[in-house]
Amino acid sequence: MTSLVSTEIEWPSLSEILGVLTLQSGFNTTVVMIGVTLLGIAAGVIGTFAVLRKRALMGDALSHASLPGIATAFLVAVALGVQGRSLSVLLLGATISGILGVLVVHFVSRHTRLPEDAAIGAVLSVFFGAGFVLLSIIQYLGTGDQGGISKFIYGQTAAMSVSDAAIIGLVAIIVTGATAGLFKEFRLVCFDPDFAETQSWPVAAIDLMIMALVVVVTVIGLQAVGLILIVALVIIPAAAARFWSERLWVMTLLAAVIGGASGYLGAAASALFPSFPAGGVIVLVAGFFFMVSLLFAPARGVVAAGLRHLMLRVEIGSQHVLRALYEAEETGRVGAGGDIAISELGEARRWSAAWFQFLLRWLSGRSQIERRAERIALTEFGRHEAYRVTRNHRLWEQFLITYADLAPSHVDRSADYVEHVLSPEMVAELERELAEAGTLPRPAAMPASAHPIAAGKVAEGRAS
Amino acid sequence: MQSFIHSKRAEHLSLADFPEHSADSPLSVHSLTVAYDRKPVLWDAEYEAPDRQLIAIVGPNGAGKSTLIKACLGLIPIASGSVEVYGQPARRQRRLIGYVPQRGSVDWDFPVSALDVVAMGLYGKIGWCRPVSRKHRRAAVESLDQVGMAHFADRQISQLSGGQQQRVFLARALAQDARLYFMDEPFAGVDAATERAIVEVLRQLKQDGRTVIVVHHDLQTVPEYFDHVMLLNMRVLAAGPVDEVFTNENLRRTYGGRLALLDEAATALAQGS
Amino acid sequence: MMLTVQDFLQIDFPAMLAALFATVSCGLLGNFLVLRRQSLMGDAISHAVLPGIVLGFLLAGSRATWPIFLGALGAAIVAAILIELVRRFGRVEPGTAMGVVFSIMFAGGLVLMEQAAAHSVDLDAECVLYGQLEDILWLEATGWGSLIDPVALAGMPREVGTLAVITAITVAGVALFYKELKITSFDPALATTLGIPATVFHFGLMLMVGAVAVAAFEAVGSILVIAMFICPAAAARMLTDRLVLQLWLSVLLAAIAAIGGYLVAAFGPFLVGGEHSLAASGMIAVMTGILMGLSVLFAPRYGVVSRKLRERRGEAGLETADLA
Repeated sequence: MTSLVSTEIEWPSLSEILGVLTLQSGFNTTVVMIGVTLLGIAAGVIGTFAVLRKRALMGDALSHASLPGIATAFLVAVALGVQGRSLSVLLLGATISGILGVLVVHFVSRHTRLPEDAAIGAVLSVFFGAGFVLLSIIQYLGTGDQGGISKFIYGQTAAMSVSDAAIIGLVAIIVTGATAGLFKEFRLVCFDPDFAETQSWPVAAIDLMIMALVVVVTVIGLQAVGLILIVALVIIPAAAARFWSERLWVMTLLAAVIGGASGYLGAAASALFPSFPAGGVIVLVAGFFFMVSLLFAPARGVVAAGLRHLMLRVEIGSQHVLRALYEAEETGRVGAGGDIAISELGEARRWSAAWFQFLLRWLSGRSQIERRAERIALTEFGRHEAYRVTRNHRLWEQFLITYADLAPSHVDRSADYVEHVLSPEMVAELERELAEAGTLPRPAAMPASAHPIAAGKVAEGRAS
Repeated sequence: MQSFIHSKRAEHLSLADFPEHSADSPLSVHSLTVAYDRKPVLWDAEYEAPDRQLIAIVGPNGAGKSTLIKACLGLIPIASGSVEVYGQPARRQRRLIGYVPQRGSVDWDFPVSALDVVAMGLYGKIGWCRPVSRKHRRAAVESLDQVGMAHFADRQISQLSGGQQQRVFLARALAQDARLYFMDEPFAGVDAATERAIVEVLRQLKQDGRTVIVVHHDLQTVPEYFDHVMLLNMRVLAAGPVDEVFTNENLRRTYGGRLALLDEAATALAQGS
Repeated sequence: MMLTVQDFLQIDFPAMLAALFATVSCGLLGNFLVLRRQSLMGDAISHAVLPGIVLGFLLAGSRATWPIFLGALGAAIVAAILIELVRRFGRVEPGTAMGVVFSIMFAGGLVLMEQAAAHSVDLDAECVLYGQLEDILWLEATGWGSLIDPVALAGMPREVGTLAVITAITVAGVALFYKELKITSFDPALATTLGIPATVFHFGLMLMVGAVAVAAFEAVGSILVIAMFICPAAAARMLTDRLVLQLWLSVLLAAIAAIGGYLVAAFGPFLVGGEHSLAASGMIAVMTGILMGLSVLFAPRYGVVSRKLRERRGEAGLETADLA
């Protein structure tokens, strides 16, 4: 590759960067940036459905399989005397062999015992190998135009002409238009193809439509991103968008935005550093968006999930403390001021000291308990909450006893885990059922505990 | 081959008294054979479903219950035979058929809400390229309400409990407004509240003049929930009204030596009568 | 063109040997990838080693074997772990997780390579993608006698040596852990309850895949190596139901593809009047594909054509014996 013999990187100045980002850095750069942005949008939109249909890597097979087509088209064009560099001829070849690759994958995974992933991998590499053999022929033919083909492997945005950008624009319009028009059908087929079949939707045709749009985007993106990495532009924006929303249309829109932004920033970077392979830069930008989404998206991001899990643990822990306090009051083990020694409470549950201290701080921070030196007591507000928590716990215990014939002595443990996630409607349901079964005399009353409260536990705590 | 099938069928007909083929029958299955690769799963099945009834398909694991349903729905290719729905080939009558799939076959992580799923039952009516309108949304909410799930319309489906998920798919079937329903193990792994809700819906459907065919795994509840029953183990061993066909003798033929199950059924029968 | 013994030993023999070792070790491991439905892990890892290779090269400043090898191995492990993390914590479907991770790592490798290229033109993208089978030369060879001459053998190109070692390790590993690999591939949960840690074997296998991919990449390149992982194993899978037999068949098919592919590429064109040889690594990949295609179509029991023929003969559309 010629670009690899370049020298040290030259850092652009701020004004150059701004110039590129605001599309004021010359006509050619502007054309490239618009073209690649549109490509990213189209890829994000159709990628959403490719990913949801679990066809992500089919695109990979498709793009690798396009190489022998490009090389054959070049050879045929040269033999016929047509100019080999003609983009449309090469892309026609790419489309034909890409589709052939997809058909082979389909055939092998459908009609043999081999799994689809093996078929994808085999097609991807065997076709690529065939393309490489053909490239070696082109090289020896001495037409000196092999460089024209290797741009399809790594991508070269700078080679994009106005008509190329216009074609990409057209494809973007077709892809978004088709997706908007067939949104409902795409959703149905991706979510539940069997049901769609029973509703006499032509599932195969709709599937084919999605795949065809992937083909179009892939082929049109070969020149800009290269055939090894174009699949990334199809997969990554969609996968990143999934983290932000549970709604399909929001996800599709976000995938378009992320794809477009990756294209825009990637093209800008490759305009500023012309020696870098454009495909690599664009994919790295998309990868950055993916990482940010994976970590920080509020809906499904890792950090948010971790926080939610932590919050659940804190909530469960503090509910346990509240109930322990309430039951201590109920059984009259509190002092004159309604307080109890921290050590007595802490031992009962076998919490680690640090965690217990944290829970106490947490509860007093929310003014549910009051600390008096080495003793604690419920506040008025805390007693309300403790009442609710204890009541849910007992309701659940009662439910388990009434309906599952569990021995009362075994109830407490399992009740501990479920009571914290009881929704209000669930509580209402429990009350109704228990009232019907006659184990809950008055709807708003506190049911009796199913086992001797705390006494055992506290005794245990004191003994240790 | 052909004559072989016929001779087999003649033998079958003595097992259960099939009514004559009629255009009114919601489902008539004729010498239906289905094979996965080369292994037959369903052999020469013969069935005529009565109209406006709740019908259970029971049989041991691997008896071909789901296969029968899927073959009727046209989801898997059939090796021989025919399936007719209201006197026409099933493929042409698909708009009349509703389907509740097995829970395991669903991608619960998919970005759709309960309402989206139920609205899918209306897609056939909405037609190509037209978006889901407010009117359709309202209809979907009504269906959700019928199964007591209207409050959960906006939840993503993985955030529902197993029973709630099952009810959403039931609501989708209701939204379809079909005449003939197929349900694949709707009672599998659901809580008591959902089981009651499903039974309620089944009865409502029957009252509205629809036919429901349910793959069912719990022999004890067959007499309580269903009018008709089909006993299946690769072939249709018996079919007809529950009180006539759901006998110890027939169950023994269906389940072979699995006595524990038979005892269950026997107690169920004793309670039922 | 006259082929002399010396030419053959200097040019063709080492290349064929390298190709043979590469395809055999890939083919052997590929069996487990195909059985575990992780064929694309081979794809993902062979792409993802690129940044490791470039980093190793940058740090060592040369194309010495070990830094590059270690760098690539590190990248393979990172890729396998990242894919697992993204899949588990991001709740992303495995295919998507692989696609995301390997394409980002490959892109990173490409950009890094720009840096490497600034220091030297010794490492280029073409050799990573396609390998340099043709550049593996054994200049010390003078005649058949060199094959038993220790001095000449010591001059064997280092790629061949590395591949020989890796192949030996792969064969030994598969033979030693055959039972464990079999059970963890078939039923990981059962394996774990039996005290065989499925996760350890998963990552162990990925480590081996990474090592083999790296050793092979110099010879056949990172994309073509995928064909060598998948095709012989998939072809063997079509031919037999017995795992041991499948392993042997895959090795045999891999060897046929390596030798056959090389011979066709090197000498085929001259037979039809051409003047230049073709890309050998590409041709070997095509050959594995042809072998796989043949067994997909004509395997006696599971081949598509054979099945169709049987059906037409009406012999056994259905196994009616089961119904008795």
